[in-house]
Amino acid sequence: MNKLDRQRVATTRSLLKCRTGIQGLDEITGGGLPRGRPTLISGSAGCGKTLLAMEFLVRGATQFNEPGVFMAFEETPEELTQNVASLGFRVADLVKSGKVNIDYVRVERSEIDETGDYDLEGLFVRLGHAIDSIGAKRVVLDTIETLFSGFSNMAVLRAELRRLFRWLKEKGVTAVITGERGETQFTRHGLEEYVSDCVILLDHRVTDQVTTRRLRIVKYRGSAHGTNEYPFLIDETGINVLPITSIGLEHIASTERISSGVPRLDGMLGGKGYFRGSSILVTGTAGTGKSSLAAHFCRAACLRGEKCLYFAFEESPNQIVRNMRSIGVDLEPFVKKDLLHFHAIRATILGLEGHLTEFHKLVEEFAPQVVVLDPVDSLVQAGTTKDATAMLTRLIDYLKMRQITALMTNLISGGELVESSGVNISSLVDTWLLLRDVETGGERNRAMYILKSRGMAHSNQIREFLLTDHGINLQDVNLGPDGVLTGSARQVQEFRERSSARARLDEIERKQRDLKRKREAFEARLVALRKEFEVEADEADWMLSLEESRDRILQSERDEMAIKRKADPISLDRQRKASKGEK
Amino acid sequence: MTAPAKDNEVWALRLYVAGQTPKSITAFANLKKICEAHLAGRYTIEVVDLLQQPQLAAGDQIVAIPTLVRKLPEPLRKIVGDLSNAERALVGLQLRPAKSGV
Repeated sequence: MNKLDRQRVATTRSLLKCRTGIQGLDEITGGGLPRGRPTLISGSAGCGKTLLAMEFLVRGATQFNEPGVFMAFEETPEELTQNVASLGFRVADLVKSGKVNIDYVRVERSEIDETGDYDLEGLFVRLGHAIDSIGAKRVVLDTIETLFSGFSNMAVLRAELRRLFRWLKEKGVTAVITGERGETQFTRHGLEEYVSDCVILLDHRVTDQVTTRRLRIVKYRGSAHGTNEYPFLIDETGINVLPITSIGLEHIASTERISSGVPRLDGMLGGKGYFRGSSILVTGTAGTGKSSLAAHFCRAACLRGEKCLYFAFEESPNQIVRNMRSIGVDLEPFVKKDLLHFHAIRATILGLEGHLTEFHKLVEEFAPQVVVLDPVDSLVQAGTTKDATAMLTRLIDYLKMRQITALMTNLISGGELVESSGVNISSLVDTWLLLRDVETGGERNRAMYILKSRGMAHSNQIREFLLTDHGINLQDVNLGPDGVLTGSARQVQEFRERSSARARLDEIERKQRDLKRKREAFEARLVALRKEFEVEADEADWMLSLEESRDRILQSERDEMAIKRKADPISLDRQRKASKGEK
Repeated sequence: MTAPAKDNEVWALRLYVAGQTPKSITAFANLKKICEAHLAGRYTIEVVDLLQQPQLAAGDQIVAIPTLVRKLPEPLRKIVGDLSNAERALVGLQLRPAKSGV
C-alpha cells in the first residue's frame, strides 16, 4: 500500500467498521469489516478460511467484547476447538463463558429424502437461537456451500440464501461467510452474488516449490481499501497479514553510534561507526570477506554486552566459529555467555512467510540489539526475488521499529553488476558497504568502499581490505601512476616511493649543509672587511687632524706677519677668511 | 405391497415445523393421511414447533422445514418437504422399498 492509498483508507470513516483484531487486516481494510454486513472469504482448500473466521470471532469475544456464533457445516465443535488450539485460541473456555457459541450443522444427503415443498427455516431458527442466547454481534458461516450438496432444489436453496443474508443484515450482525474457490467464480456456487459488500480472497500459491499465503480484498463496497495482494502467515498467535508498509515509516532515528568492530571502518564512517537501529548491507563477490565483517560486528556488539542474533543460511554455527577463529575473531565465549545466538537454517526449508515467522519469534524471544543475516540472497531460493524483497522490506521495517541494528550480507555473482544487491533492497538500507576483488599483478586482492551511508559524512576512499590472523585490517590503497595498486604491487610501489623519498631527503639535507657553510664564510668575510675599513678610517682621521694643526700654525704665523707689517684690520680679516677658504 | 416393518412395531415420528405456516399444515395433513393408511394404530406423531422450542433443532440436525424424522424403528430417517409426494414419502419412510417402484 502506498502513501496515497493509506491516506485514502484512513479518511474513509463514513462506513461503520467492525475491527477484526487480526494483525494487519484492519490496516488494509481501513478499520475492519463492514459492520452489520456479511463479508465473503473465499479461497481454495487449506488456505486458512476457517482460521481467519475463527480468529475474527475469538478476537471479537476477547478484545472487543462482541460475542460470536460459529456455525460450522464441515467440522464438529471438538474438531474446531482442537484445530485452533495450536494457535492459542481457547475456544472451549469462551464457549463455557458464553462468549462464543458453536453450532454444528450436519447435512447428510443420504439421510434425507425430499418430498415436496420446503424451506430452510430450520437454519434460521437455529442461527437466531444461537445469536439470541449469547447476544452475538458476530456470526461465521463455515462454509454454507455445504448446503448445496445436501439439498437438490437449487431454486429453493438460492432463494433461501438470499433471504438468509438479508436476514443477517436485519439482525445487525457482522457476518463472515466462507466459500470454496470456484473455477471461474470466487466461490463454487456463486455466493458472491448474495454477499456483495466485501469479498476477501485467500490464496495459497506454490512458486518454485515454495508456498506463500496471500490475501487480497477483491471488493469492499463503500470503502477504500488496499488493493494489493498481501502475504500473510499463520503462526501461534494466529493470522498475520503483513502489508508491506503497514508499519509505516514512523520509526525513531537514533543518533547513537555503534562500532562496526573494525576501527578503520569506524573512521571511514564519520569516525564513529553505524547508527544504532540502522540497516547495513554488505555486498560482495564470493570470498571477499562479508561474513568476516559480520563477525567483527557481532564481536563488537557482544563486547559492549549487547545481544546478537546471527541468522546463518549457508554455514553451520560451528563452521562459522571455526572460520572466524582463523582470522582471530573468537566468537565462542559469546555463544557460551548467551550473548550471541546462531540460528542456522537452510533457506529452502521454509517458505518466506515461514522465515518471517521464525524471525519474529526469535527476535521476540531473544531480544537482540544486533541482528545479522548471512546471506540474504539465500532467501531468494525460498521464493521469488520479488517476494524476497517484499519480505526483507518488512523485516527491515520490523527491526527498525525495534531499534535493532541489522547487518545483512549479500553475495553478488560474477555476472551481476557490482553495485547491485541482487534482492533489490539497496535503496532500503542505510549503509551499504561494497567489497570487491581487484586483480593486479597476478594476484587477487580485496578492496572495500562505502557506497552510501545515510546521515553521516563518510569516506569516499577505497581501502584495501586485509584479512589477517588478528582480524580485518584496512589499508590505504596506493594510487600510483598506473591506477589503484593493491597487494604486493602496492608494497612494491610503497617501497619505491619510500626509497625515492629517502633520496630526496638526503639531497635536501646536503643543500642545507652547503647553505650553512656559505653563510658562515660570508659572515667571516664581513668581519674582515669591517676591520679593514676601521683601519682606514683611523688613518684618515689622523691625516685630517695633522692637516688641521698645520693650518693653525700657518695662520698664526701669517697673523704675526701682518701685525709686523702693520696691515689694516679689514685686509687682515680678508686675508684670514681667504686662508680659511671663505668667500 | 407389504410394509417391511413388523406389524407389532411402534413407529415414533416427529414432525418439525416453524409456526403455523401453510407448508407445515399441509405436511401434517399429508403425514396423518399416510400413517392412517399404512400404520393405523401403531404410530405416534410428535409435532415440534421450532419457533417455540428453537433449542431442539440442533438435536436432530434440522435445517429444512418441514422435516419429518422417523425416530423408531431405527435407523433414523429424515424426510424433508411437505410430503405432498406421497410415493416418495413412503419410500423415504421405508414403508415401501425403493426398487419395487412407483
